[in-house]
Amino acid sequence: MRIELVRRPEMSRTMMLVSPLIAVGLTVLFAAIVFALQGHDPLTGIFYFFIEPLMSSWSLEQLVIKATPLIIIGLGLSVCYLSNNWNIGAEGQLTIGAITGSILPILYPEFVSPIVAPLMILMAAAGGAAYGLVPAVLKTRFGTNEILTSLMLVYVSTLFLDWVVRGPWKSPQAFGFPITVDFNESAVLGSFPVGPLYLNASAFIALALVVVLAVVMRSTLKGFEIRVLGQSPRAGAFAGFSARRMTSFAFAFSGALAGVAGLMVVMTEIQKLQPVISPGYGFTAIIVAFLGRLNPIGILIAGLVIALSYLGGEAIQTSMQMSSKVATVLQGMLLFFVLACDTLILYRIRLVSTRSTQEQARA
Amino acid sequence: MLEAIILTVITAATPLLLAAIGELVVERSGVLNLGVEGMMVMGAVAGFAITVSTGSPLLGIVAGLVAGLAVSLIFGFVTLTLVANQVASGLALTLFGLGLSGLLGEGFVGTPGIKLPSLSIPGLTDIPYVGRILFGQDILVYVSFALVLAVSWFLFRTRGGLVLRAVGDNHVSAHALGYKVIRVRYLAVMFGGACAGLGGAYLSIAYTPLWVENMTAGRGWIALALVVFSSWLPSRLVIGAYLFGAVTILQLHAQPLGLGVPSQFLSMLPYLATVVVLVAISGNRRATRFNTPACLGAPFVPDR
Repeated sequence: MRIELVRRPEMSRTMMLVSPLIAVGLTVLFAAIVFALQGHDPLTGIFYFFIEPLMSSWSLEQLVIKATPLIIIGLGLSVCYLSNNWNIGAEGQLTIGAITGSILPILYPEFVSPIVAPLMILMAAAGGAAYGLVPAVLKTRFGTNEILTSLMLVYVSTLFLDWVVRGPWKSPQAFGFPITVDFNESAVLGSFPVGPLYLNASAFIALALVVVLAVVMRSTLKGFEIRVLGQSPRAGAFAGFSARRMTSFAFAFSGALAGVAGLMVVMTEIQKLQPVISPGYGFTAIIVAFLGRLNPIGILIAGLVIALSYLGGEAIQTSMQMSSKVATVLQGMLLFFVLACDTLILYRIRLVSTRSTQEQARA
Repeated sequence: MLEAIILTVITAATPLLLAAIGELVVERSGVLNLGVEGMMVMGAVAGFAITVSTGSPLLGIVAGLVAGLAVSLIFGFVTLTLVANQVASGLALTLFGLGLSGLLGEGFVGTPGIKLPSLSIPGLTDIPYVGRILFGQDILVYVSFALVLAVSWFLFRTRGGLVLRAVGDNHVSAHALGYKVIRVRYLAVMFGGACAGLGGAYLSIAYTPLWVENMTAGRGWIALALVVFSSWLPSRLVIGAYLFGAVTILQLHAQPLGLGVPSQFLSMLPYLATVVVLVAISGNRRATRFNTPACLGAPFVPDR
């Protein structure tokens, strides 16, 4: 038996919609196998992992809180990947954005005003964008591989955060713990009732960004420029688009969004800085971007799906005494499945028995 | 003192060298596998688990090799058979490997490991100054150098190496000449996985005989950077790996000295050095462009 790919005459529209669903289905199947291998009943596992977190309003609110940073980062990354710029350092831009965004409440805790939160968001975007521009400039100026540099800067940024909270920004009242002062009330984001749920303000920011990017990608010249330069830099050059400027734009844009996402985590969940602020949102958002087909609406849905896996991991830990690390394994596997299923868009898959190939060769 | 420093530099450089020599072969065949970190960490957890449960570090090494090879096959299937995007698939392999190793290794956190014994040849190992450095290393250090020599010889002195480079430089022509492009690439990816697994096993069996989650700490990515640094030449890989080993050890030795620099900034050094080296090497267009496999990262579907 051998797998043969037959190119489709044109991209399959059905498969573009169906392939992420197949990937999710395969991941559920894979999850069942993992649960069984660990000596648990697969169906109970699937229930606690994928369904139970959707059954209480508290966990639905948690789902939105976890999905928010993933969606915001995923949106930025989609612009990068569509324009063929491989930013995989979103986790670093998230960290730096969280630090620059926290300057006001930490250094000026008495500054209480309604303009504090918007200022913080702007400063987080600026910090993330500046950090994102480092690999972009190295790429455009020196031709340095942006994948490796953006990733190296992740390690640098987390070490920097570690220094900041243990050194200059350590709270004097923290009894030696590596944490900063608690944010004042104007530096945290509150929740608003939406139907039966209380949703955090950050969720509305994410939603607004989805809408804006969807419009930009669909009906503006910038959206066209991003896609053309990604598919064919040569064609883009004839249209007068500059691939170098696009690299800087894509990195600054995704860096800014990652920075904002980092600040959202800090402003809602933690409300201060500490050595670890993100469970790898910057990396998981890569999966979100691909699962969402690099499309803003798709990313919105994908963010919620992946956020479910975080909650599912916690649920199987409390209900079934299984390791919550299963979630990370499933996330990685999901990305494999998504990428593999994307093959179906361009190709038809044929299983060929080895004998028939030999006959073909003879004929 | 100097002898002690050189000995630690060797142990810091060996895992990088092992993982990088494998990736060099993979990239020479035209495949960009960014999953080195994931394969390495799988090698580390498998190596540690088998060493502790059997009591034999040698079996642990074999387990590390097999684990790296096994996960590289997932990458191979997705990118070679199903022609998925290599960059994204490599990232998937890294995320998957970090997750799975954390899950498998959970029971081993805090378990004392068994260190791979160093060679001891009476007479030779006792030679002052150079004895321990030349004749007192553990077996994987010698394996790493043997691999560099073997890969160098294979790539540039054998027919198989010529085929592999041809596949990496122009897969359409190689296919037209009747070479099995996909098969060659599968073999290269498996070799890369095995080497990365060995490098990971070295970390958990020889470098620090412990299992800590994410213990590779970016070494897989540094190995990828080393391949670029070497401009795809095995001999230069040795220079790069030992340079990075030296930077790692330098910051470890500088930390107790204080020097007024916070330890976090010293810990940044290997990562910053990687960025600096990448910038320096990419400025030198002639060296990089000449050796870069022309089909690096490009998917290939054989037409029949």
